[in-house]
Amino acid sequence: MTLWKGMVKNMGMTMTQKILAAAAGLEKVEAGQLIEANLDLVLGNDITSPVAIKEMEKFTVRGVFDKDKIALVPDHFVPNKDIKSAEHCKCVREFARKNEITNYFEVGEMGIEHALLPEKGLTVAGDVIIGADSHTCTYGALGAFSTGVGSTDMAAGMATGKAWFKVPAAIRFNLTGKPAKYVSGKDVILHIIGMIGVDGALYKSMEFVGDGIANLSMDDRFTIANMAIEAGGKNGIFPVDALAEQYMKEHSNRPYKIYEADEDAVYDEEYTIDLSTLRPTVSFPHLPENTHTIDEIKDMDEIQIDQVVIGSCTNGRLDDLRTAAEILKDKHVAKGMRCIVIPATQAIYMQAMEEGLLKIFLQAGAIVSTPTCGPCLGGYMGILAEGERCVSTTNRNFVGRMGHISSEIYLASPAVAAASAITGVISGPEEVM
Amino acid sequence: MKNAKGMVFKYGDNVDTDVIIPARYLNSSDPAELATHCMEDIDRNFIKNVKTGDIIVAEKNFGCGSSREHAPIAIKAAGVSCVIAETFARIFYRNAINIGLPIIECPEASRGIEAGDEVEVNFDTGIITNVTKGTTFKGQAFPEFMQKIIASEGLINYINNK
Repeated sequence: MTLWKGMVKNMGMTMTQKILAAAAGLEKVEAGQLIEANLDLVLGNDITSPVAIKEMEKFTVRGVFDKDKIALVPDHFVPNKDIKSAEHCKCVREFARKNEITNYFEVGEMGIEHALLPEKGLTVAGDVIIGADSHTCTYGALGAFSTGVGSTDMAAGMATGKAWFKVPAAIRFNLTGKPAKYVSGKDVILHIIGMIGVDGALYKSMEFVGDGIANLSMDDRFTIANMAIEAGGKNGIFPVDALAEQYMKEHSNRPYKIYEADEDAVYDEEYTIDLSTLRPTVSFPHLPENTHTIDEIKDMDEIQIDQVVIGSCTNGRLDDLRTAAEILKDKHVAKGMRCIVIPATQAIYMQAMEEGLLKIFLQAGAIVSTPTCGPCLGGYMGILAEGERCVSTTNRNFVGRMGHISSEIYLASPAVAAASAITGVISGPEEVM
Repeated sequence: MKNAKGMVFKYGDNVDTDVIIPARYLNSSDPAELATHCMEDIDRNFIKNVKTGDIIVAEKNFGCGSSREHAPIAIKAAGVSCVIAETFARIFYRNAINIGLPIIECPEASRGIEAGDEVEVNFDTGIITNVTKGTTFKGQAFPEFMQKIIASEGLINYINNK
């Protein structure tokens, strides 16, 4: 044993480091160390999987490591938007059949991957998950280590059940207090990204702690973990409390394992955020870090908008639809406004129907779509023309993300999106309620 | 590894994967077709002017955003021999290594190189030379583990060889 190794032994581990150490069969890991970890789930969608499937053919050992530990979810361009997308979906479908992939989800049972997998019980605390989609970090809400990778990593993961990682350092976010009505997980994460910037957590874990977490619903936590990537983070992760355990018991038969950070774990930075002080927050074009509170926006010239999108892996869950419906109930979207609501999964769609939310949306003059990532990445179902503006509950407002390069995306919560749909200008929920 | 040498296309902070290869073209996974739209939403002239061997130099957080491997694939297929940046977004970094697009982090080079400069990169030493200005910079060398992946010409071959 060298002195260096001895020093490692005396240093505590973060929650992420503990999960990675266990998956690599090591007693201790430290930031910067390269490890090979066993994977509990490998995920791909209709854009990234075809590239991975092509790579799979180069392997000398054919086949997948475990047909139960791979999830294939066509969700970006489905129902097929054109012939080329149809060919990609066909490629994924045929691969799934040939390899007897248990968790392939066809149109009719699919949903937006990061809303679907937790709902289907495929992601639980203590898991190590890679997905060929950057928002794979969502499952950190359940106390899993999950991170986005590319198609080649996905192929290697499908073939071997392993992936290499550089153990990340971490930033700790201590959340305290209770958010006000109409302040949601989206406002929390937009506030954080505004504070640390789009590369503020580059290569690092974002570990959320504190008694304020008890005041965040699971849907709020999924939204927060989902956008860790928008701060450059490798993963976002929450401690596993009674609410998270209840969620996993309701949705999954899989055993889960709860990891906690050591008390002497080392963090590169620490922030404390009093949730009760947060306000509805909007990210202006063309970076998620360009945040303004709704109060700052009130002092600006009115920002006219053409379209509102409520949905995506960030904000297409039941809490999101309930909030939007509460605001849109007995009101109507502004003349000339296109308001597109996209429940993230079939189960969410069904529940929204049973609760009468879909009727509220339709009566308000919004449309309701089958689950799809569609407009979020400028695929289809809501592309923006030159100079158009959209308030969207999605996660990225880069140049050209939803259409023409001169179009503008304002990222916001479902509450702000619904209120803005009614007024036709960027508005807080308080202005219409 | 062979040196990279070419003319520089220079970009700023946070060049995201949506401008490197817009999602409207992701209904294709063919490298040559993806290359024809490379950098389209940030620089329409890039694909008209890029020549085999040319080099992209950018500032912070290059390749941020989505996990689409189509981004480094499009850059490589457009003929680019190396991307130099102050920092890279982590998924882009992995993807570039995994498909064999050489990339180097070097804040000093990022600041000391301008569009149109001729630049040479020695991957064995990590030395970046600005031939036009006669200056040199030391880039961050790859960890041994990643060198092995690059030497195997990508992750899949590396795993096959193990």
